[in-house]
Amino acid sequence: MAQLIGESIGRVDGPAKVSGRALYVDDLHVPGCYYGATVRSIHAHALIRGITLNLDYDWSDVVVVTSVDIPGENVIALMTDDQPALAEQVVRHVTEPIALVAAPTREKALEAARNVRVEYQPLPALIDMTRSQGEDPRIFGRDNVFKKLELRLGDVKAVKGGVLIEGEYNVGHQEQLYIEPQGVLAVPRDDGGVTILGSLQCPYYVVKALTRVLGHDKLNVVQAATGGGFGGKEEYPSMLSAHAALLALRAGRPVKMVYRRDEDLRATTKRHPARVKLRTRVDESGRLLSLDADVLMDGGAYNTLSPVVISRAALHVSGPYRWETAHVRAAVVATHTPPNGAFRGFGAPQAMFAVERHLDLIARTLSIDPVELRRMNLLREGDLTVTGQVVKAPGGLLALDQALAAADAPLPPLSPIPGGGGDAARRLPGRGVSVVFHGCGFTGNGEAKIKSSVILELQGERVRVLTGSTDIGQGTDTIFPQIVASILDIPLSWVEMAPHDTALVPDSGPTVASRTAMVVGGVVDAAARKLHAALQAEAKRPGPFAELARARRVRTPLRVEAQHQPDPTLRWDDERYIGDAYPTYAWMATVVDLAVDIDTGEVTYRRLITATDIGFALNPVLASGQIEGGALQALGWATFEEVVTDGKGLMLNDRLTNYIIPTAADAPEMVTLLIQNPYAGGPFGAKGLGEIPMDGPAAAVAQAIEAATGAVLNRLPMTPERVLEATP
Amino acid sequence: MKLSFVVNGAAREVEVRPMARLLDVLREDLRLTGAKEGCGEGECGACTVLIDGKAACACIVPAVQAHGATVQTVEGLADDQRLARLQDSFVRCGAAQCGICTPGFLMTAAELCQRSQALSRAEVRDAVAGNLCRCTGYQKIIDAVEEALCADQPR
Repeated sequence: MAQLIGESIGRVDGPAKVSGRALYVDDLHVPGCYYGATVRSIHAHALIRGITLNLDYDWSDVVVVTSVDIPGENVIALMTDDQPALAEQVVRHVTEPIALVAAPTREKALEAARNVRVEYQPLPALIDMTRSQGEDPRIFGRDNVFKKLELRLGDVKAVKGGVLIEGEYNVGHQEQLYIEPQGVLAVPRDDGGVTILGSLQCPYYVVKALTRVLGHDKLNVVQAATGGGFGGKEEYPSMLSAHAALLALRAGRPVKMVYRRDEDLRATTKRHPARVKLRTRVDESGRLLSLDADVLMDGGAYNTLSPVVISRAALHVSGPYRWETAHVRAAVVATHTPPNGAFRGFGAPQAMFAVERHLDLIARTLSIDPVELRRMNLLREGDLTVTGQVVKAPGGLLALDQALAAADAPLPPLSPIPGGGGDAARRLPGRGVSVVFHGCGFTGNGEAKIKSSVILELQGERVRVLTGSTDIGQGTDTIFPQIVASILDIPLSWVEMAPHDTALVPDSGPTVASRTAMVVGGVVDAAARKLHAALQAEAKRPGPFAELARARRVRTPLRVEAQHQPDPTLRWDDERYIGDAYPTYAWMATVVDLAVDIDTGEVTYRRLITATDIGFALNPVLASGQIEGGALQALGWATFEEVVTDGKGLMLNDRLTNYIIPTAADAPEMVTLLIQNPYAGGPFGAKGLGEIPMDGPAAAVAQAIEAATGAVLNRLPMTPERVLEATP
Repeated sequence: MKLSFVVNGAAREVEVRPMARLLDVLREDLRLTGAKEGCGEGECGACTVLIDGKAACACIVPAVQAHGATVQTVEGLADDQRLARLQDSFVRCGAAQCGICTPGFLMTAAELCQRSQALSRAEVRDAVAGNLCRCTGYQKIIDAVEEALCADQPR
């Protein structure tokens, strides 16, 4: 077999990206294109009394769309049908879209939007998630609960002994902050339909949503080069595509909508804020006897994907540890705030921050070393998770050992404080360690429901891969060809990716949930084997793929389709949350070294070591790049990134000058260890890895700050002000 | 008003509005879309170009300021062998993921390459801190820039 798999070949879209040739939505030049803009609610909750146009304004070259102009249903179809494309009588959050305009230039469109007048009758708004459940005003269903779930392992009430240890952990919103803002270009088709070219993760989500809004399926969705997603371009592009399509069909010309950064920050989805209360019993030696967990999340005004986010939170709040009994209650509730949605980790980071901090609390209470406490309780082969899943080939201990061994190397020198004042004595060193796991792919039987499909086509010396899975930077357009070329023993140059256009490619399921390499990569692997078999059948003889392909004289392409076959041994009860919650887990240990400035509370990162069991690295450079990028997002969440809102839920720091993400100067040197622990259900043993780096670093930072200063912080972000305030 | 400048080695003349941004002139009038707009206020660096050899955020530079100047964008990098090596390093080291920040980083790094002075890893880190990346954690960007600088400057 060609030594392609497991090699760090450069990404196939690399040359286009380093030369400026890669075309993102805003780079697409379309003659006669109009630009769209959105009129948004300024109230958290209000009746819309009227929408009028300022008659002194020149509307001659402006197109206006409101909810009455929607040809199909006024809904953004996702899990439930609660979110309209454009508000009708009621607005339920600030920035909710009410009307759309399109004009020949961006400036004119923004100006026109300011000349649409909305008359409101403000209503009482519910902003605080802790006062939502069962309270008035009602936003969703009968009790403002999008989803509530409960899971049990044994009987926590029967556990009386040991030490009772309780803690509460809070985390705020986090913005995905893809560097390319949300953007879509809608182009009317000759058949009365529309083509969407967009910055997006899930083209088939957009198809589903647009079919309902337009009332027909004469549409195709094409992924343009996408400048980062991290979950932020999972569901929101359905909304933006609906808007651009409505304007384009009304204007009879292409319409481009690209958000400015401030609009993107104010209006689009964020990571769910969460409050996690943990009540545990632990024996004197540190054995974990019982976990009683209460997870509350703020879903915002519409359901979006919140039920799945809370599910993942509930399934990860145990951490990678063996609990003798557990009772987890989790709820995601509605508030009159902009909807929260998918963001790398998808509920797990919030839960994992809480349980990792809680282990630190247990260690402190019992005077046990926090690393030893983890080592003692990490899930081992044959142990049960809190859903009763039997753990197989866990990588937690291995990851911990490897990360700690690497941490023996000397630290890089501490950089001087910018602007002088480099008094080392005023900066206290601290080290923190965390261990996490992350369920790979969809929860329970989710994969069985979507039947992910991949098509391969052979023509001449070319194998074309057709998949709806998108490359948003993570590199699947490179590893899929690597898989195909390796299986078929052909040069990589033979393999090409078809455009991610729903007119061509099958639905491979959404590009989410650390599933693309593991699940869709597995389908690509199966399709390649199927193609080889089909070629041998056509040639009526066995033989190497390349040889048979060269000898092939048939003019039509040889085409095969493969579908994902879920592991038939997996059992999952979605009502009671019992069984195999995920087909497998990735495992990661983090060791962070930092320094805390005792005068300012500022944290300086020195080194971040991660050791991650990802099964098998299909392309080590791409894999470690995912881990490093995810880990820095986690450090951002830990100490920098805070969404500040006013009393109505409007984001106030809606710019890159005041929503601070880490720069190269803030980032630590990273040591990224990839642990090979092959998983039989993934291609070449690969597991999912996209999200796990988001789960562990924040808790490790909190432990390191505590080690340095004694400050106990259970709330993110740990800004300098909070560090100073908590320092004893 | 008429703006005359040299872009990637070619003399260009463009009719511009008085307060047009250099970024819009490059992207819309000259169709050089390599420089990206990530924030519109000089924070993210995705629009970085070289003006007379110095890195600048084209989103906050009035186009008229480039009158008579020499502007280099990512589209012109491959013309210079040394800078083409920088592009190769970015691909090989995994410094580009989604790629939206990549042109900006490359132009910042191009300025470092052209300065031809030896830099420590920490200095490289500081030198690129005006560009934001959300994908890589910067580790592989620093690797790529260091590799390209080393290739240039035996030390």
